[in-house]
Amino acid sequence: MRISTIRYTVKQGLKNIAHNKMFSIASIATMAACIFLFGVFYSLMVNVTYIVEKAEEGVAIVIFFDKEATDDEVANIKTQLEKREDVLEVKYVDADAAWEEFSKDYFGENSDAQEGFSENPLVNSDNYEVYMRSIESQAEVVEFAEGLPGVRKVNKSDIVADALSNVNILLAYVSGAIILILLIVAIFLISNTVTMGITVRREEIAIMKYIGAKDSFVRAPFVLEGVLIGLIGASIPLVVLYFAYGKTVSYILTKFSILNNILDFLPTAEVYKTLLPVGLLLGVGIGFLGSFFTIKKHLRA
Amino acid sequence: MIELKEVTKEYSKGIAALNGVSLKIEQGEFVFIVGDSGSGKSTLIRLLMRELEPTSGSIKVMGRNLVKMSHREIPYYRRKMGVVFQDFRLLKDRNVYENVAFALRVTETPTRVLKKKVPAALSLVGLAQKYKSYPKELSGGEQQRVAIARAIVNEPSILIADEPTGNLDPANSWEIMKLLEEANNRGTTVVVVTHNHEIVNTMKKRVITLNKGHIVSDVKKVGV
Repeated sequence: MRISTIRYTVKQGLKNIAHNKMFSIASIATMAACIFLFGVFYSLMVNVTYIVEKAEEGVAIVIFFDKEATDDEVANIKTQLEKREDVLEVKYVDADAAWEEFSKDYFGENSDAQEGFSENPLVNSDNYEVYMRSIESQAEVVEFAEGLPGVRKVNKSDIVADALSNVNILLAYVSGAIILILLIVAIFLISNTVTMGITVRREEIAIMKYIGAKDSFVRAPFVLEGVLIGLIGASIPLVVLYFAYGKTVSYILTKFSILNNILDFLPTAEVYKTLLPVGLLLGVGIGFLGSFFTIKKHLRA
Repeated sequence: MIELKEVTKEYSKGIAALNGVSLKIEQGEFVFIVGDSGSGKSTLIRLLMRELEPTSGSIKVMGRNLVKMSHREIPYYRRKMGVVFQDFRLLKDRNVYENVAFALRVTETPTRVLKKKVPAALSLVGLAQKYKSYPKELSGGEQQRVAIARAIVNEPSILIADEPTGNLDPANSWEIMKLLEEANNRGTTVVVVTHNHEIVNTMKKRVITLNKGHIVSDVKKVGV
């Protein structure tokens, strides 16, 4: 494409937007609303996922060893587990430490009661606590561990695992559905704006085609119009959300300080590392697709 | 240059706008196509511009078979022909210069070439002084001259004019015909569709008469 053609395309694209001022503003506003909602849902989703992940990290399975298990076998269990990608950490808990922790939790200050036990009742309770990256892989890790030599028993928490993975799945479905609906609405609106532009400039398009303009030449200003609407429409909510996110997080943390231990929010920069490019790409992408296919349809007619 | 063989065009089944039309126009010819409304003149023009495809028959223009032409090839084909309409079809929001330049912009002609060719074309139609005017500031005759400048600026092999004098008074009509004849003298094949019998009779060119989709006469140099 020549520089003069690019200049022409940009000029015409801007002219289109200015000509259909009201429609352009309406499209930008809708696009802004869509990307804003997308941003809100995205932030919500990543934070809930983050919180759930944190909770998942605390859910471990416990592996007990056979009485006759050799030291090599015990060491091998750890090595084998650590090789797995879904395993975050394998922690060795020896029987004495386990008893100490249990008695501290259970008897507390009443050390008298503890004296009733002359020896460690949890002997042979040496174990590995295995923490996973994601709760979904629990069943698989349990099956794997049960197959390893020297393993006597594997304890797991099905209820917690199921509940957490269900929350994850539900959240993914709900956000997916909402985002999909928003995208369809946005594409429809951009398409409408471009159709308006095409109607206004029908005669000009006909003349262009009579004198030998290629489809791409006719299409370019309209596609640029769509892309610009998408870009502006996406930038506004992304800027607004950037400031709103930090404020909201600090508001929640001060207002509900009791939740501080449970809730752990991602920092703005962390959220924007993905949200910014995805949001801009969505805006530009919707603008591009909405205008490209609309003008293509009209050029064929 | 232009060759139609047994061309039929039906818009709806059984009703033919053109019916088995065959004709040949040589390079450098000046041809009038006349006929009443509904005779098939406009259909013929639209077929030549490859706006329509024939229902049957073959059309060859500048050695290219229009029936087999793909959608992608059409723009390149049209760049080799200039078109002038009864209603001028100028872009109202652009001045004379930009209207003529537009034909070169769509073909992605470099700006430096455009700066030479546009004033030259405007001089040919006698509007070099009015390059800054907008269509609404021009008379009908002047607007049609701009349209002709736009049609010839690409130096087309064929110039097609669909009722170019339909909206003009006699004096302006003659001006326009003179410009078309000049283009013809420079080697361009010119095809003019018209209702204007006075012009047809005076200019003494080849006249093809259409009636109800058939060629009823094809006379070289009427009045000679």
